[in-house]
Amino acid sequence: MNLHRFLALCHKEFCQMLRDPSSFLIGIVIPLMLIILMGSGLSLDVKDLPVAVALEDSSPTARSTLHFLDGSPYFSPHYVSSISEAAALMDARQADAIIVIPPDFTDRLEQGHATVQVLLYGIDATTANAANTYISSGFQAWQAAWAKSHGAASRTGTITLVSRQWFNDANTSSWMFIPGLIVIVMTLVGVFLTSLVMAREWERGTLESLFVTPVRPLEIIAAKMIPYFCIALVGLVLCLVAAYYGYGVPMHGSLALILLSSIEYIFVAIGMGLTISSLTKNQFLACQMALVVSLLPTIMLSGFLFDLRSVPTAIAVIGHVLPATYYMELMKSLFLAGTTGPLVIKDCAILGAYAVFFVFLSLRVTKKGVA
Amino acid sequence: MTNCQPASTSPALEAQGIVKQFIRPGQSSPVTALSGVSLTVRTGSLTAIIGPDGAGKTTFMRLVCGLLKSDAGSLSVLGMDVASHPQAVQDHIGYMPQEFGLYEDLSVQENLDLYANLHAVPQAVRQERFKKLLDLTGLSPFTKRMAGKLSGGMKQKLGLACTLVSMPPLLLLDEPTVGVDPLSRRELWQILDTLSASGSLTILVATAYLEEAEHCHDVYILHKGHILAQGAPDTLCHYAQGRCYVVRPPENVPPRLIQAALIDETEAVADAVPEGGAVRFSLTPQASLKDLALPGLTVTAVPARLEDSFMSLLRQQEPSLPSHYSRPDMTAAKRVETGRKIIEVRDIVRRFGDFIAVNHTSFSVYEGEIFGLLGPNGAGKSTTFRMLCGLLPVSSGQISVAGVNLRTARAQARAHIGYVAQKFSLYTTLSVEENLRFFGSAYGLRGRRLDQRIEAVIEEFDLSGFRHMPAGSLPGGYKQRLSMAAALLHEPPILFLDEPTSGIDPLARRLFWRQITDLSAKGTTIIVTTHFMEEAEYCDRIMIQDRGQLIAIGTPSAIRKQGGNSPTMNDAFIHIVESGRHHQEVSS
Repeated sequence: MNLHRFLALCHKEFCQMLRDPSSFLIGIVIPLMLIILMGSGLSLDVKDLPVAVALEDSSPTARSTLHFLDGSPYFSPHYVSSISEAAALMDARQADAIIVIPPDFTDRLEQGHATVQVLLYGIDATTANAANTYISSGFQAWQAAWAKSHGAASRTGTITLVSRQWFNDANTSSWMFIPGLIVIVMTLVGVFLTSLVMAREWERGTLESLFVTPVRPLEIIAAKMIPYFCIALVGLVLCLVAAYYGYGVPMHGSLALILLSSIEYIFVAIGMGLTISSLTKNQFLACQMALVVSLLPTIMLSGFLFDLRSVPTAIAVIGHVLPATYYMELMKSLFLAGTTGPLVIKDCAILGAYAVFFVFLSLRVTKKGVA
Repeated sequence: MTNCQPASTSPALEAQGIVKQFIRPGQSSPVTALSGVSLTVRTGSLTAIIGPDGAGKTTFMRLVCGLLKSDAGSLSVLGMDVASHPQAVQDHIGYMPQEFGLYEDLSVQENLDLYANLHAVPQAVRQERFKKLLDLTGLSPFTKRMAGKLSGGMKQKLGLACTLVSMPPLLLLDEPTVGVDPLSRRELWQILDTLSASGSLTILVATAYLEEAEHCHDVYILHKGHILAQGAPDTLCHYAQGRCYVVRPPENVPPRLIQAALIDETEAVADAVPEGGAVRFSLTPQASLKDLALPGLTVTAVPARLEDSFMSLLRQQEPSLPSHYSRPDMTAAKRVETGRKIIEVRDIVRRFGDFIAVNHTSFSVYEGEIFGLLGPNGAGKSTTFRMLCGLLPVSSGQISVAGVNLRTARAQARAHIGYVAQKFSLYTTLSVEENLRFFGSAYGLRGRRLDQRIEAVIEEFDLSGFRHMPAGSLPGGYKQRLSMAAALLHEPPILFLDEPTSGIDPLARRLFWRQITDLSAKGTTIIVTTHFMEEAEYCDRIMIQDRGQLIAIGTPSAIRKQGGNSPTMNDAFIHIVESGRHHQEVSS
């Protein structure tokens, strides 16, 4: 690799990228739009949520705790007298949540350790989470009122909410929408933009002239990576800023690790895009390929929409072939759980290996020849 | 041309028995692009590979550059074996592919800088070299302009400048003048002549234009992957020497009728073309003038040209079938300009934003005429053509076609016209008959009438042998016939042809014009655009546009007279365009 040639090519790529409105559109405008549209989709209120209330203790006190349900625009409660009736309602998809007031509720409330069970329909994770939040705040409001009338020192009137998600027990994904969105945006910028660039040179015939110069394929590929790496990085920063300041998504893990894993993933995406581009030599085909092998699977199979632990094994296996899955896992863990240790190290290592693989592959498929 | 190169230096390029085959998807047998080509380019020479489209020129050029690998044979470039050291060859040569890869979103200077950097041209000599190249190509005033905004000819010159920035000892040019208008073509060749005369540069150029070969020291004629002949242009001319004649048609008889009659004599006549108001033809080696029936016409023997030899050689490779056309009436007088005006154009203007593509243009086309639209790239001829057939609305002005105003009744006007697009625009997966049936229905033909018309055009265009073949698999010339057949199904009185002869070989071009002559004899009005200037000679009248202005209109002989009494249409064209531009600049 010759530094002067590489810099000359790099300069050319930057000029082209900056003069091409489509790279600005895909790199900056679309990520912002996605973040705004999908991000605000997350905060949409849930209205008229069907709730089944299993009132196994029907004392006035117990009933009074549930007043927040009545007349609220958020809930449409349905009172039954047993869990089994409530469960039947949920099975029939007539209830998205079940609140169980146990038979000894009033007694335990007097003793200060009442429990209320909240069962959520976990398939629809977004709704389930919203429902859980609303229900717990309803009970909190009641407790506050109780404490006021009984004196702050009173140890009575504490209600512990025990919530469980039915059908999708381990689901904790809905809050991870925004970190997941960053993965989508990085895929979009990394794979889509780069899948076009080599194909464009093939289509316009510029590559044939470029080949018959002292230029080496490595220089061509490397020079294409740098500008698109930069634009992806800009997209990443925009996403992080929007996530942290715009939506208040917590960032429990280290920023350095988030950046490291993102950079690894950008290389994966760029390598993948350039490989597609070199193989197809046609912008339209490259675009289709990028859609089918990167963006769609990233949305559908990487754990963004569906948790990979709750899908059929075959799908989970496919999902685990995708590099996006590991990046998704990393982003979720780093953002929300602040995880460190083996999981992060493992995922970073896998992503790194993928990055090396795809960059290498893109070099292998770029040969000087027109056959 | 004399050769003043010392014989002792080793050749710049030596090819021995090069074979290259391509495996096409969906086809069992490979296509042979080159079968045993041997070729030598002497150091310091200007050598040309001449051949029609599909001869294998581009494949050969790519092999030389190491972009393809040959299946057999040896190829050494500047003393290096290409197969084993492609990068070493690529480091040293300059190559300009057919569409030179200019980065359209980079400026002229940025493109030059890029190639200078890639070739590591030392900073010390860079400015001087840029200046020299920019002066040579006349691009000095445009260094800041984006390459995408240059005209076709300027793009080619910039491509050449980028290729030359490294001062390579060997320059390869693949059809540098394709799609370039005659003016820019002449300028490009002036550049190449200058470069070659300096002696330090060896040039190998592939071209389909025969007249360009006359600039070269050595010429190789390539046809279907074989070298048909080789030698200096003068030597090659000798092949047809003594067999070339010019015959002058009687007063008011279009030369194309004589040409058609001659070209139908496939046994005796190797080639015939209208030229300078007469017909130039060459005999096959076994024929003599006595075999021809040219009653009362004066025939003059003329010296042979490269094209005569070339056509003679091609004709031997592909003996054509006996003509199935009725013998043209060689005494039919030319339609004079008193016929009915079938197309009337009054003061049309077409703007694209600020750009005026066609500026206040008026003309008429008479019934039964062959009317040619000529002009350099960007002159406005395509725009005019599209407005005539109703594909593009006018910004202002009036067009009436067969008495119908195009502005108010475009659909009605379309029923009167047949249109053949420049690109093959039929369905490649449908068979010949299915295509015809579809287009017939689209024109509103049904039942027995449709069947009759399909049979009629299949016979007229000699397509019966291909009836069930998918249109995409037809040989090049036949695709064009099918396009014409489809356009004529509804028997339109007017036929529009957009660049019908670009990309087809000379033999197919002769056949095409034979069909046009036949159609015209049957009364169809034909409007045709072409960038082959010599094809204007087939037309009754032609119109030349430049920069949106109509600068000349009239019969070919009137145009030649206007063009400073030039012997060829090409020279006349250059003369008219240049003096038109000069006039414009003086008056502005």
